[in-house]
Amino acid sequence: MAQLAEKADILLEVKGLKKYFPIHQGLLRRTVGHIKAVDDVNFFIRRGETLGLVGESGCGKTTASRTAIRLYEATAGEVYFRSRLLSATGAEERANLLTLSKEQMKAVRREIAMIFQDPINSLNPRMSVSEIIREPLQIHHLDKGEETDQAIVELLNAVGLRAEHMGRYPHEFSGGQRQRIGIARALALRPTLILLDEPVSALDVSIQAQTLNLLQDLQKDFGLTYLFVAHDLGVVEHISDRVAVMYVGRLVEMAASEELYSQPLHPYTEALLSAVPKPDPRNPSKRVPLEGQVPDPAHPPTGCYFHPRCRYAKEICKTDAPPLRAVRPDRYAACHFAEELQLIGVG
Amino acid sequence: MADDILLEVKDLKVHFNVRRGIVRALEGVNFTIQRGKTLGIIGESGSGKSVTARAIMRLLARNGQIVNGQIRFHQRLRQDSAAAMSNVVEITELHPDGDIMRSLRGGEIGMIFQEPMSSLTPVYTAGVHIGEAVRLHPLRKVTTQLEESLQVHRQISQNEAREIAVEMLKKVGLPRPDQRVDSYPHQLSGGQRQRVMIAIALSCNPSLLIADEPTTALDVTTQAQINDLMLALQEEFGMAIMYITHDLGVIAEMADDVAVMYLGRIVESGTADDLFYNPKHPYTRALLQSIPKIGKARGGRLEAIKGMVPDAFSVPQGCPFHDRCTEFMPGICDKIEPTLLPVGNGQMAACLLYDSQVMSEAKLITPEKRDGQQATGKYEVRHGATG
Repeated sequence: MAQLAEKADILLEVKGLKKYFPIHQGLLRRTVGHIKAVDDVNFFIRRGETLGLVGESGCGKTTASRTAIRLYEATAGEVYFRSRLLSATGAEERANLLTLSKEQMKAVRREIAMIFQDPINSLNPRMSVSEIIREPLQIHHLDKGEETDQAIVELLNAVGLRAEHMGRYPHEFSGGQRQRIGIARALALRPTLILLDEPVSALDVSIQAQTLNLLQDLQKDFGLTYLFVAHDLGVVEHISDRVAVMYVGRLVEMAASEELYSQPLHPYTEALLSAVPKPDPRNPSKRVPLEGQVPDPAHPPTGCYFHPRCRYAKEICKTDAPPLRAVRPDRYAACHFAEELQLIGVG
Repeated sequence: MADDILLEVKDLKVHFNVRRGIVRALEGVNFTIQRGKTLGIIGESGSGKSVTARAIMRLLARNGQIVNGQIRFHQRLRQDSAAAMSNVVEITELHPDGDIMRSLRGGEIGMIFQEPMSSLTPVYTAGVHIGEAVRLHPLRKVTTQLEESLQVHRQISQNEAREIAVEMLKKVGLPRPDQRVDSYPHQLSGGQRQRVMIAIALSCNPSLLIADEPTTALDVTTQAQINDLMLALQEEFGMAIMYITHDLGVIAEMADDVAVMYLGRIVESGTADDLFYNPKHPYTRALLQSIPKIGKARGGRLEAIKGMVPDAFSVPQGCPFHDRCTEFMPGICDKIEPTLLPVGNGQMAACLLYDSQVMSEAKLITPEKRDGQQATGKYEVRHGATG
């Protein structure tokens, strides 16, 4: 993917990202091993697009996304981000986030925002809506009093809330409205990249649709780039231009959503897609049998992590871990047999 | 065939007393479950799905009470299984902690819940502490829970119970069941715990299994395993399932019949095929359109339902859905509360559009006639034909 990195339309590029958590044991809390939550992950996001990051619980999608924007310190790797705020001139500069100083990182934080799953726990119950949205501006010394009040009203309108909501507190709102407050807060600093971690999974079906529509509108209006982390494959397909699939800390596949869903290149993607129940009693999903459970990331299997559950596994899969590679232009898969297998998608 | 009916719920109303007043959680719920079939109950949060299940099990919180209606359970007479003799038990008249209810609960009616860790609770051992469901001690072995259930309901010895426990764990596909029987819940994964829950629920060979969001806390591949297991066990044991979920995909996969709930009412019921291919109630239609459908979900906008589910104290007058409905008829829907009426083929809908009396008084035409004239069927085309 080296040649891609030079392209100007790549806003964020993650290379060889690792995040290991030590396992402590015994009286002296000695480190006896590591949980490889993120193990050599590579992906990139183009400006203005949505990259969906999917996987089952414990696969490391949240850890990978948070390490990529340096909310967690990485064990190894590089993360290149095109920032406007690092140089005095405002010219765009491609910088490795993981090597930036604290001050530089603070500047870049204005360009990267986050929207969380749980709108109840991610809003301070003692702060009014206007205080919640104003806080990031205060932290970055951008609060301009009345001018900011006006900006807050505009943000509230943009997310479908009204000026009269400014003085209210989070408990006075429904789940969907709280998520809108969280979205308004994320937009306050006019970021270019937003990390959305399961933003709609706590919401009811009808509210989920409203929120997804809102996110799509805002992406257009504010020129946003989304890293959309979720487990719901239908939602991810709907919102994403491209999708990356994770399994036990590694990326197994990355492709444009249509291609990934209709013609997966990795057996895990195939099994995952076939497990999704379809809202259509006449055409139930045809299951690809998937035995056993996701392995423990502290003791992963040898070779390809998926081989004990893979129905196409051969000898080489037990010994050699396949790297994520470009099988076709813009289609990446980590499988020894990506070219040969004829896998079944959905749709 | 009336003989096939296992459970009839008629005009069930459940109210809860809270500080702010009375929450009318169920406002006249009607449905039947056929022996050996699966009824799916779908609805958003606050629609009353779980309250319905708890009312059937007589496990309502202390501030909740059944204020109206019947829950008729057609009990099998075991000694004479050849003849279709059954004894109708009126569950609403039973004492929640009485002997009959306790023998039904966990015996003939099994139940599994959403969160298998906190719900590995053998409610049927409640006999020890009357009026209080016994919370699972986290350090109690799986086998103890299974055996207890067996001992209470089948009155057999501890050794026999252990044998059956191992056999049941094998049936639910737990690897190494003879060792797993001695595991504690925390030693099992989420999917395994749900398998144990199913083993407990099925150990007494219930004729009805109530499954309240059994796979919501599980990953999609585990969900597929558990749902496939439930279908296989239904084939083997022949129990009926009342499957509660908010996931339309799961409902389509699991249910023979479906009831759609909104604000404590059933707004539509029918076969799964009718509900998905020929939805009548505007809420059902809107719900089907609002979800991204995997395989053809890319791009475009979702047809969201406007507004949100109102809270329990501000349920609108007339039809509770009228302020979010695209078919809202001013002066009608906000005045008259619709009842569940037949709309053909055994399908029922609680919508004034299908109430010919109301519609003729208002000089409006019903959708059947309208569709007959114009043959629009816009909803069916949008959802069904591409399915």
